[in-house]
Amino acid sequence: MRHLYLLPAAILVFGILGLPLVLTVSRGSGHFAALFSDATLGSVALTTLAFAAVSVTLEMAIGLGFALLLQQTIRARGLFRAIALIPWALPTAVMAMSWRWIFNDVYGVANDMLLKVGLLHEPIAWLGRPGTAFFALVAADVWKTTPFVTIILLAGLQSVPRDLHEAMSVDGAGPVRRFFSLALPLLRPAMAVAVTFRMIQALGIFDLVWVLTGGGPADSTRTLAQYVYETLFRYLNLGYGAALTAAVVLGAFLLASGVGAAVRGKPVL
Amino acid sequence: MRRLCLASGLAFLVVFSLGPFVWSFLTSLKGGRELFSIPPTYFPQSPSLEHYTGVFEQRPFARYIGNSLIVGAGSTLIALGAASLAAYALARLRIRFSGAFEKALLLLALVPPALLVIPLHDAARLTGLSNSRLALILIHAALNLPFAVWMLTAFFRGIPGELLEAARLDGLSRVQILRRIVLPLAAPGLAATAILVFIFSWNEFALALTLLTRDDVRTVPVGIAMLSGVTVYEVPWGQISAAVVMTTLPVVAAVILFQRWIVGGLTAGALKG
Repeated sequence: MRHLYLLPAAILVFGILGLPLVLTVSRGSGHFAALFSDATLGSVALTTLAFAAVSVTLEMAIGLGFALLLQQTIRARGLFRAIALIPWALPTAVMAMSWRWIFNDVYGVANDMLLKVGLLHEPIAWLGRPGTAFFALVAADVWKTTPFVTIILLAGLQSVPRDLHEAMSVDGAGPVRRFFSLALPLLRPAMAVAVTFRMIQALGIFDLVWVLTGGGPADSTRTLAQYVYETLFRYLNLGYGAALTAAVVLGAFLLASGVGAAVRGKPVL
Repeated sequence: MRRLCLASGLAFLVVFSLGPFVWSFLTSLKGGRELFSIPPTYFPQSPSLEHYTGVFEQRPFARYIGNSLIVGAGSTLIALGAASLAAYALARLRIRFSGAFEKALLLLALVPPALLVIPLHDAARLTGLSNSRLALILIHAALNLPFAVWMLTAFFRGIPGELLEAARLDGLSRVQILRRIVLPLAAPGLAATAILVFIFSWNEFALALTLLTRDDVRTVPVGIAMLSGVTVYEVPWGQISAAVVMTTLPVVAAVILFQRWIVGGLTAGALKG
């Protein structure tokens, strides 16, 4: 009887997401061998791994800073927390258009600001060159998803008991020592959760790529999800796309839970 | 010293978080040739609303908004209904295998939506639901349901147990307790969850892009992303910026107005997980 309460949710999630995923695995089953002889896949996977490693590292660092800042007793703290959350709540694809304009080679504000402070001597075609396009993609993603890390770490910080903080400061430990010897170890579970969730999403990044660069220039920002999209909508190869989907989902979960386990010292997922 | 550190940290946080949005807003007000002045002007010299009117007169932007509202409202209603029932059971009834159920929900919710493009495109084709807004409603409901269950479970756990015990002694059934006690008491939590679930649907791109390919059923994010690209040299940046502002301003307002429950619910949910 009580289990009936779970039924609508179960039908929705397992019927609409779970079942098609299972069908996709079976549809791709004849194509798994082809994955190993696909040279494109190797380079796309490398690009995606590099993107995930760089952007998740930056997000964790900035997110930790923001979480510590928003944990302090400050005026209008609720408002600042809401502001910090805003990029996460905005539509990625829509804001990607905003970033394209910011990184515009001729009229973009990114070039103008860097020229004004003297970091650049001439404008850069950010989205037109492989290295800078990759950087632009990372910048837009860090902006967009740092709030997610912030909120998870903020929750983690709130679970650090106040008495412990006070006991330590009575002992004469400064704020820096207090952070490293007290907060950081207690924050490890929250960091592991944030890293795991972020890694999976970063390995499946699509919206930003599709809008910002379309995978170019010269395939320098072509990620796994973009490649999956192309197998279906450009190469019209559903079977191979299905095999690719199954492999990427499995790989992303394994890698992310591995990284999460390394941070925490025990499994996260 | 400490105050200075805090102030500069907060200043950085505000500029970082709001910068791109503010830049789109400033851009959207620059009319005529000002948009293409080199170097760019920072504040519009003669603010104009031409891009705002243009995006409605020259583009089917109103229709995109209508489609997004339909998909958002439909999926939010379905997700919240199903999630309330499930969260009540998980938070308040003793259920066998509830841990396994939550874990399965979490795992499916973690699959990046773009990697569901092939499974769901295939399923929509098989069921004849390509280019159907109903299909996208159900998919968004399913995608956001685990999150809603997670938030609502945290809110329902916060209701004092004595209240529910008293209601049970008064002879209320489980469904009545949910309807008359739990849901009204958790109203702010329900509102915060509904707002976030609606926002997620409003924002979703990969599946809306691949499932709804006809222009008359397109949603806002896909419509805006498609505003580019007719030719490389004719990207309508003014209209795009106006559309960006109109699409994101309601989200910014909702997050700030409901911050107490949204931030509270998110951190409570994260603590549990």
